[in-house]
Amino acid sequence: MNWVQIQPALPEIVLACAAMALLMLGVFRGERSARLVSWLGVIVLAAVAILVASVTPTSGRLLLFADMFAVSLYGAFVKILVLGASALGLVMAIGYNQREGIARFEFPVLIITATLGMMMMISANDLIALYVGLELQSLSLYVVASFRRDSIKSTEAGLKYFVLGALASGMLLYGASLVYGFAGSTNFAQLASVLTAKDAGNAGVIVGLVFLMVGLAFKISAFPFHMWTPDVYEGAPTPVTAFFSAAPKLAAMGLFVSVLVGPFGKLVGQWQQVLVLISIGSMALGAFAAISQSNIKRLLAYSSIGHVGYALIGLAAGTEAGYRGVLIYMAIYVAMTLGAFAVVLCMRRGGQMVETIPDLAGLSKTRPGMALVLLIMMFSMAGIPPFAGFWGKLYVFMAAIDAKLYTLAILGVLTSVVAAYYYIRIVKIMYFDEPADAFDRMPDRELGLIQAAAAAFTLLFFLFPGPLVRAAEQAVKSLAG
Amino acid sequence: MVLQALAFYVFAAVAVAAGIMVVTARNPVHSVLFLILAFFNAAGLFVLMGAEFLAMILIIVYVGAVAVLFLFVVMMLDIDFVELRQGFVKYLPVGGLIGIVLLVELFVVVGGWVSLPATKSAIAEPVREGVSNTAALGRLLYTKYVYLFQAAGLILFVAMIGAIVLTLRHREGVKRQKIAQQLKRTRAESVQLVKVKPGEGV
Repeated sequence: MNWVQIQPALPEIVLACAAMALLMLGVFRGERSARLVSWLGVIVLAAVAILVASVTPTSGRLLLFADMFAVSLYGAFVKILVLGASALGLVMAIGYNQREGIARFEFPVLIITATLGMMMMISANDLIALYVGLELQSLSLYVVASFRRDSIKSTEAGLKYFVLGALASGMLLYGASLVYGFAGSTNFAQLASVLTAKDAGNAGVIVGLVFLMVGLAFKISAFPFHMWTPDVYEGAPTPVTAFFSAAPKLAAMGLFVSVLVGPFGKLVGQWQQVLVLISIGSMALGAFAAISQSNIKRLLAYSSIGHVGYALIGLAAGTEAGYRGVLIYMAIYVAMTLGAFAVVLCMRRGGQMVETIPDLAGLSKTRPGMALVLLIMMFSMAGIPPFAGFWGKLYVFMAAIDAKLYTLAILGVLTSVVAAYYYIRIVKIMYFDEPADAFDRMPDRELGLIQAAAAAFTLLFFLFPGPLVRAAEQAVKSLAG
Repeated sequence: MVLQALAFYVFAAVAVAAGIMVVTARNPVHSVLFLILAFFNAAGLFVLMGAEFLAMILIIVYVGAVAVLFLFVVMMLDIDFVELRQGFVKYLPVGGLIGIVLLVELFVVVGGWVSLPATKSAIAEPVREGVSNTAALGRLLYTKYVYLFQAAGLILFVAMIGAIVLTLRHREGVKRQKIAQQLKRTRAESVQLVKVKPGEGV
């Protein structure tokens, strides 16, 4: 194997080596190096994003490592978003970890290994490669979830995530083994050529496919495999929650699309039905269960379940426009959720984090800037034009209507009306309720910058949708080819 | 051939018997010891099949590491296994039902098994003549599957970091050996001569 052959995998190799180098740096510099290692980690993630852009071919797919690893524009699109989301998640954690006394240099290393796992998932062109990438990601996330090891809630979050995640991995493996048994290969390209539409009646392949989908639905926390989400989101340290709701979801969704469209593309009639159910369930659960929540992290957890449901509409459509819709929706979702969590991270009173919704009362009087950012995020998540969230929903709904999935589109619109209730209730609490005590000063300048950037993106997306939409379109083209 | 068949039946019978004993033994330590016996017999079966690498791995990894770890865990955790087993009769119907369903499924799957002639060429990697399977596995692992091999290494790397992050605590006030300081001590600073008068004490 010479250099030219492995060159397209350079971003992953660099990231793996960087994780080990940063670990060594941390070990030799001692506990106080957490800040330095974290910032170096952010730089590495950003540099790797540039590297991804530079090694990806402008068309087609490059296969390497015995066809287990595919590099394409689709992969590059999702990877760059994932790297950006991870880098921002890490930036948000630096100040928080120091204030809460959990600043350790292993944190950025684990975030980097998780990101590496996500990149390997996205590039997977083989069921084994998929599983290995998924496990690398999940294992890092389990540890990060219980990073505040002296808190019962955080350890509970980690343990719960671990046990349920292991169950989901088991399901996925079971499905993969069935598919391998019936199709005779684990390679995506071979699976795609073996599994034709006449296999639609083959129970073994279908059961395997369904189990695979169960495992992946767990990772994107779609209904009915969402049970872990609220508890893990509430228990994990807040910046970890912000990270969980952005990068891993994006990566798992990217994987979901590439697995269903690639090897199982001709069985679209089979997986479409499952996806329609999962999607409706997630949207309904996200809309109704969030209403009674008083903890903002739990509320955002249910909201993320709902958003996954909307994104799945695009996948259920089974058309190129639908897949494009998924990518655009997820990109916008990541910006919104990071912006919202950047506000949640500023909810400190007397040096303590507060996280209930009544704590936001009268925020518009005490912290007008923060209230405005949260208002933009909430309106955008509710899908009110002209904010970005509306356009994301528009793309997936249009794809669903083109694919004649009218019920799905109508239910999507209805549940988004229900969900608008709790989003707008937060706005009402911030702007019309009696002010509670003011929050502490904004702890980090970076949080303010992230809030401002997310707000600007969500607010101004409708003026310049071109670059994102075009990039998503090209990415989807390389998915099919 | 007779010897081989004899060896197979001995290994298989002992493995099954040991497996039953693992579940039924009253003492959990005995259970683990029977588990080790079952592993040894499974390794014997592997040798009979010509898979000597798997046999060695089974003994080194499972007996050498996993079973010993089990043994430590069983001995260190004070679990009342008799109490754990009390619901056995109560849950037998449900458990038995699930077992029967799985058995039926197994029969259905195996009964409906059709092997197409084309599948022979789809076997992941055919065995080459004249290469021992240890060498063959090594060649595959470091060429075709090098990506997965490295990825598995990364997963172990994360597991190691995770275990340390979640459990390592730097305790204050622990006395550690500092050899340089110990060697620097002189008689003058560590020994004191006190004149004690008889009958008065220090």
